[in-house]
Amino acid sequence: MKPFDYLSPTDAAAAVRTVAGDPTAVFLGGGTNLVDHLKLGVVEPDLVVGVTDLLSADIEELGAGALRIGAGAKNSELAADPRVREWFPMLSDALLSGASGQLRNMATTGGNPLQRTRCVYFQDITTPCNKREPGSGCSAVGGWTRNHAILGASEHCIAVHPSDMSVALAALDAVVRVLGPDGERTIPFADLHRLPADSPERDTVLEHGELITAIDLPARPIARRSAYRKVRDRASYAFALVSVAAALEVEDGVIVDARIAFGGVAHAPWRAHRAEEALRGSPASVRSYRAAADVELADARPAEGLDGGNAFKIPLLRRTLTATLRDLAREDAR
Amino acid sequence: MTFLNELDAIGRGLPRRDGPAKVLGTAVYAYETPLENAAYVCPVQATIARGTVSQLDTTAAEALDGVVAVLTPATAERLASTEDRELATLQDRKIAFRGQVIAAVVADSSEVARHAAALIRVTYAQAAHDCELRADRDDLYAPERVNPDFPTDTTEGDVDAAMAAAEVTVEQTYSTAMYHNNPMEPHATAALWDPAGDGSLTLWDSTQGVHPTRATLAAVFGLDEAQVRVVCPYVGGGFGSKGQPHVNVVLAALAARAVPGRPMRLALTRQQMFALAGYRTPTIQRCRLGADHDGTLTALEINVVEQTSKVKEFAEQTGVPARMMYASPNRRTTHRLAALDVPPPSWMRAPGECPGMFGPEVAMDELAERLGMDPVELRIRNEPDVEPGSGKPFSSRNLVGCLREGSARFGWSERDPRPGVRRRGAWLVGTGVAASTYPVSRMPDSTATIRREGDRYVTEIGAADLGTGTWTTLAQIAADALGVPVSRVDVRIGDTDYPMASVAGGSSGMTTWGSAVVEAARAFRSRYRTEPPDGAEASGVVQPPDDRYAMHAFGAQFAEAHVHTDTGEVRVPRLLGVFAAGRIINPRTARSQFIGGMTMGLSMALHEISVLDPRTGHVVNHDFADYHITANADVDEIEAQWLPEHDPHVNAMGSKGIGEIGIVGTAAAVSNAVWHACGVRVRDLPITLDKVLHALE
Repeated sequence: MKPFDYLSPTDAAAAVRTVAGDPTAVFLGGGTNLVDHLKLGVVEPDLVVGVTDLLSADIEELGAGALRIGAGAKNSELAADPRVREWFPMLSDALLSGASGQLRNMATTGGNPLQRTRCVYFQDITTPCNKREPGSGCSAVGGWTRNHAILGASEHCIAVHPSDMSVALAALDAVVRVLGPDGERTIPFADLHRLPADSPERDTVLEHGELITAIDLPARPIARRSAYRKVRDRASYAFALVSVAAALEVEDGVIVDARIAFGGVAHAPWRAHRAEEALRGSPASVRSYRAAADVELADARPAEGLDGGNAFKIPLLRRTLTATLRDLAREDAR
Repeated sequence: MTFLNELDAIGRGLPRRDGPAKVLGTAVYAYETPLENAAYVCPVQATIARGTVSQLDTTAAEALDGVVAVLTPATAERLASTEDRELATLQDRKIAFRGQVIAAVVADSSEVARHAAALIRVTYAQAAHDCELRADRDDLYAPERVNPDFPTDTTEGDVDAAMAAAEVTVEQTYSTAMYHNNPMEPHATAALWDPAGDGSLTLWDSTQGVHPTRATLAAVFGLDEAQVRVVCPYVGGGFGSKGQPHVNVVLAALAARAVPGRPMRLALTRQQMFALAGYRTPTIQRCRLGADHDGTLTALEINVVEQTSKVKEFAEQTGVPARMMYASPNRRTTHRLAALDVPPPSWMRAPGECPGMFGPEVAMDELAERLGMDPVELRIRNEPDVEPGSGKPFSSRNLVGCLREGSARFGWSERDPRPGVRRRGAWLVGTGVAASTYPVSRMPDSTATIRREGDRYVTEIGAADLGTGTWTTLAQIAADALGVPVSRVDVRIGDTDYPMASVAGGSSGMTTWGSAVVEAARAFRSRYRTEPPDGAEASGVVQPPDDRYAMHAFGAQFAEAHVHTDTGEVRVPRLLGVFAAGRIINPRTARSQFIGGMTMGLSMALHEISVLDPRTGHVVNHDFADYHITANADVDEIEAQWLPEHDPHVNAMGSKGIGEIGIVGTAAAVSNAVWHACGVRVRDLPITLDKVLHALE
């Protein structure tokens, strides 16, 4: 690990000014991912700026059924919040399906969406990686692709975003509040993360020095009946092979509305707008769910690689989406 | 060999004597040995799989504040013996596998050592490498022997003719993955070279055998064994990977000798352990079974293909258990190796039996399916009267008892044999069985000393406790052998200052060290009768085993598997192992050994695989986020039982080793249960959801 300086400014604005003024500086939240990267040499900042104590950890109500989550709120606190559990169960489910109890006690609301891919080639500084070293090449292409993308990948990067929480936030139309050197701005959560295209080194649309201060959840009555289904290689403590965050509203056997996002399959949480559109007005049936999955996955492409690559993810995601919607509709009927 | 007559301590579930110190954190492990002014060693690893280091620029590393020394092929001392090429580190610039040590930094702190190691600039002359194991390679070869000293191939009768004539046959290829031992405590060493006199080297090393480590290190450095002391009271797991010293121990000693008088600490990182600490070879097993309609085997064959390293040969004895498990007049077993540009494979819990009871035990299930016969009954039908091959009588063989007892406990008799017909909620449900076995091994050399100190009886032997219970069980054996209360017996182990002990390997510890303790007690009692004075002392040496008998432990593993109807996720909510392993010295520590082995077998069944990328030559999932090991949520009900078994031939205690048998057969039982649940035969481990997904509606 390269030695670095550590600063903990007195307020968020000072932290933003400090990081913005140093191109290698990084913010430190819960540290559950950054500290690993410091040890592995994946990032080598000269300056680390601690921000957890500068950010609100409160979860406030913004009118009926809406919440503002301070960026300093721990994942465990957010998952346990009674309003989150009642109004946005998919978010609570997603948080609790991620990492371990110990990590959730450290990880923050602002930091979780900014965790980086767990692509083994990204995390190993001895293998080329366009995300870590732009232009060096993508080692994952043709390598071990079990945990890689089937949607929206490019020839330069096939990594996936690892966060479970972000998948729910993408489905819930959350809004990210950001403080930058030039003041505050808001970003729709679904626009926060980028697809890799030809610049996979950029995970998000945030500029250097911009700090997430809060995440707003607008009122979404549909989300009261929602779920997060994570499919992984062991029962706990593993990243998603595929995951589905879904909310479904059914009236008289007809789907009125749906909110769907996928995890584990793309460089960003994948909001399934096309599937949502296909579902609206359709009968609440397995046939409709399958059709919606097919529409959304029409452009899915497996990443060929060792041990058969990840082609299995396409039928797996289709089946997982279908089952999640089927179970939600059943719940709805009760 | 006689039984101990009156058993008092043996058979009692005494708590671990080392338990409180471990719970309180006061038990000192190798890396934590209190040593003043210690320096830290960080290896530098090759990032190519084959070639030569053309340049090592250490300027920036050496300029770093706190760096004590940089060891390279140019600066490291010439070792006295380079015969073991895995240990011949920094002797030349050749690279034989990716991750090989090419330099090391010694510094005042581990942080500085690691930073400096990253600053060393290496240029290579890279050569093409070859890291891909396939059964159709044209350069497979037959090793002279397989581990530890078995014939490579065996043939009885005419398998081809018997297969052609058989009424029912099974011919399939099975594979097990590459696995890394991954003990919780990494490979760690503290080392001190004291130059006074002729010099002496002290190693506080996490090892499964202080004396074998001393012998190896003395030879590598050209020292008398008397100049080397190895200390290891506690081991945080080894699973075979600490059975022989790996390069980290040599590197720690090299650093210590380069900086005389200053203690060194070296602990491998988890990632480094995937290249430097051994692993289990992947295996490809071509199995053939032929049988009559009544299930009597007429042909049994296993042809194994596996890998070794060009650096050093290790031939896992995967085909060996098939030589003795079932009766068959026609039998062939073979081993072929591919020598690759990879790190040397080595011992991992039950080498041979663990992978070698996967293919054949799934094949038996497939045969039972074709015969329309219960898989428990098929195994019982093929019980041999004497050990196949050798023709020796078994000292005891209670496989049938294990199968019967397990069937009763598991509720096997109500089992509907049809696959894919039971559903519970969203899950398909199935059950499976497989047999288990492990040989009773006794090492040739071990000595124990018993001494009266005040009103205590002190037993000394350089044995190892890997978390297995040696501290406690040796006291139980000594107490009964002396005829004194166990509370008056002290045990001292884990130090070459105590009498010579063999490696904790091959489940041989209790048989070997326990026998030496019994011999010592016998000598002590015959010399001092019932009134030994303070300071009274006697030693005993382990005697050779009674080779008129074939000696093995047996077991039956039962598994319940659930396969999710939507996603293909596989869960194993229930595991039962029933074992016949002689007298159980301590039921508490024994149960821990059995269920630990079974959990590791479950892990092999569902989760573990080291993914070696043939393009780079290294294991890319080299951490615990990506190398999945079965965790708490994956294990639900797990139960180990054992039959009362009296075997007068194995040793004075009547015990058989139990450290490894728990992992044997578990993966086959799970695979058989998965087939019963969903109708898919998964012949290639691990059993991941993608392998069953295609068969779900």
